[in-house]
Amino acid sequence: MSNMIVLPLIVPVITAILLVFLKEHVTLQRIISLLTLSFIIIISVILLVEIQEQGVMRIDFSGWAPPFGISFVADSFATLLVLVANIVALICMLYTIFTMELRYEKMYFYPFTLLMIAGVNGSFLTGDIFNLFVCFEVMLLASYALISLGGEKIQLREALKYVLINIVASWIFLVALAFLYGTVGTLNMAHISIRVMEAGANPLITTVALIFLIVFSLKAGLLLFFWLPGSYSVPPTAIAALFAALLTKVGMYALVRTFTLLFPNNPEVTHTALGIMAGITIIAGCIGALSGRDVRTIASYNVLIGVGFIIIGLAVGTESALQGVIYYLMHDMVAKAMLFLAVGMMIYVTGETVIDKMSGLIRNYPFFGWLFFIAMCSLAGIPPLSGFLGKVLIGQGAIEGGHFVLLGLGFFSSLIVLYSLLRIFLSSFFGETIISLEDEKPLPKRILLPLTLLAVCTIGLGIGAEKLAPFVTDAAETLYTPSIYIDAVLDGQQWQGEVNK
Amino acid sequence: MKINDVILRTITKVVVFIILTLGVYLFFAGHHAPGGGFIGGLVLASGVVLLYLAYDIETVHKGMPFDFKKVAALGVLLATGTAIGSLFFDVPFLTQAHTYIDAPIFGKMGFSTVTIFEAGVALTVVGVVVTIILSISEDE
Repeated sequence: MSNMIVLPLIVPVITAILLVFLKEHVTLQRIISLLTLSFIIIISVILLVEIQEQGVMRIDFSGWAPPFGISFVADSFATLLVLVANIVALICMLYTIFTMELRYEKMYFYPFTLLMIAGVNGSFLTGDIFNLFVCFEVMLLASYALISLGGEKIQLREALKYVLINIVASWIFLVALAFLYGTVGTLNMAHISIRVMEAGANPLITTVALIFLIVFSLKAGLLLFFWLPGSYSVPPTAIAALFAALLTKVGMYALVRTFTLLFPNNPEVTHTALGIMAGITIIAGCIGALSGRDVRTIASYNVLIGVGFIIIGLAVGTESALQGVIYYLMHDMVAKAMLFLAVGMMIYVTGETVIDKMSGLIRNYPFFGWLFFIAMCSLAGIPPLSGFLGKVLIGQGAIEGGHFVLLGLGFFSSLIVLYSLLRIFLSSFFGETIISLEDEKPLPKRILLPLTLLAVCTIGLGIGAEKLAPFVTDAAETLYTPSIYIDAVLDGQQWQGEVNK
Repeated sequence: MKINDVILRTITKVVVFIILTLGVYLFFAGHHAPGGGFIGGLVLASGVVLLYLAYDIETVHKGMPFDFKKVAALGVLLATGTAIGSLFFDVPFLTQAHTYIDAPIFGKMGFSTVTIFEAGVALTVVGVVVTIILSISEDE
């Protein structure tokens, strides 16, 4: 028992509520939000270290033992994601503080962001699939408010689409949960895993698994991504960066959890479907990124390429591929936040969104230009930045598993990512400058600070991969061998007896 | 044009008390029988909404000068507060405590921290429902 596991969920909820009472005190709101996120970062580091010592940890709410009560389970995979998600959120929040208009900040921006973070953390840590649904809803409700914050016409149009698609997805989620409960009679993830293993390749369970695949694909932007490019390009920069960094990752986390722990029973169907969907997502993402002329559109389609690439790792499913998935998920959070912040700043300094209308930015803002260059290299996977190791490991896994088509698509997509961003770089940063020195909008150093911090993160994740290796190896091992997770949740012997019976 | 709603207003004055009493009853009944914070809160909120329907917003607001957004926030704070209270006693998150007291007139009475949690839920429901109804009714 360790109550620490629940802190990443409950602390942001409580501070978010406190901030509601401090609506007019913006400075106080900023300080409390930053402190909350820093606190969670510290907690998740402590958790990570403890997990290495004593294995997967769990807390049963109210002391109701699993599978009857709701538990939070912290394994290395979940905790690593909590850690990186909160670091990225902290940096995005810094950007908000430096750039957001006061009227946005007074419209409950900080409470909603903290509630969204609470939902994200809860989704990562929960060990109960119905609780996963609840945490998803907490996150989504907050994101509905954030996407329409400001209430501009185009925002309302996209928000309506976003809300409708997510409500439909949540409804399917609920139906899938009902089917699952009707089929296996439990909602605890570890217990579901046992029951599914007992049943083997049961067609009913495979159907349920496919419904979950549809639900989480809608949330993650895997194949069913038609809502994503529009929704991610309308909110203010800091919010768009948070969405791009966190929301699709939660969907992907759910996919990884579902198809490693819950339904590993019929990979011929489920993992093949995942592979095909990942392939199509990458192709569509590449087409979108190549054809876009608006920087925000190009950035949004880059999100999709990332989603497809990570799911390739899941579809391959070998241990090294799963390590790659974990590295790449962490990298993608940092790199996508960086890309969206950079794109937002380009729009801020030029007032344009189309790449051809911007030119020579690097002459006016040299440091910003090179930061964009780092983001580009990181997304393309150039060593020693963070994208490299994930790509290598997923590629290695694909070769081991003999998935050469997916391998080819994955590495081909890296080239397209590089090309699409290079196009922005060449046409907007290089060339003749269009902004004369008098018209140059000042770009204070503090606005560049969040972007610099993210650059430090991506370099750190790349160079410090060696230091992270024990955590990632442990996380991948837990994913690859579900019995480690199940043992920790259901106390060892008890469940094996049930299987033997 | 002023609508003649004398009947609605007169009945409301009586019925609101019945609704509020039922709400409180359901709230306490929820400890062992159907009911509880959510249902009690919904019934209480329906009483408030009926007041808003029968009278105008200003009149009701004079009687109940609360910002219902803050009522909801207070509710969540109360509920999460009892939830993390358990952290300080080194028991699992959300653990509730209860005890029985022999009171002079009422006899054996049960007290439980879950009631505070439920009160938080009820306040949240009241706050949220009234806020939703009020924001729909405001036209710009």
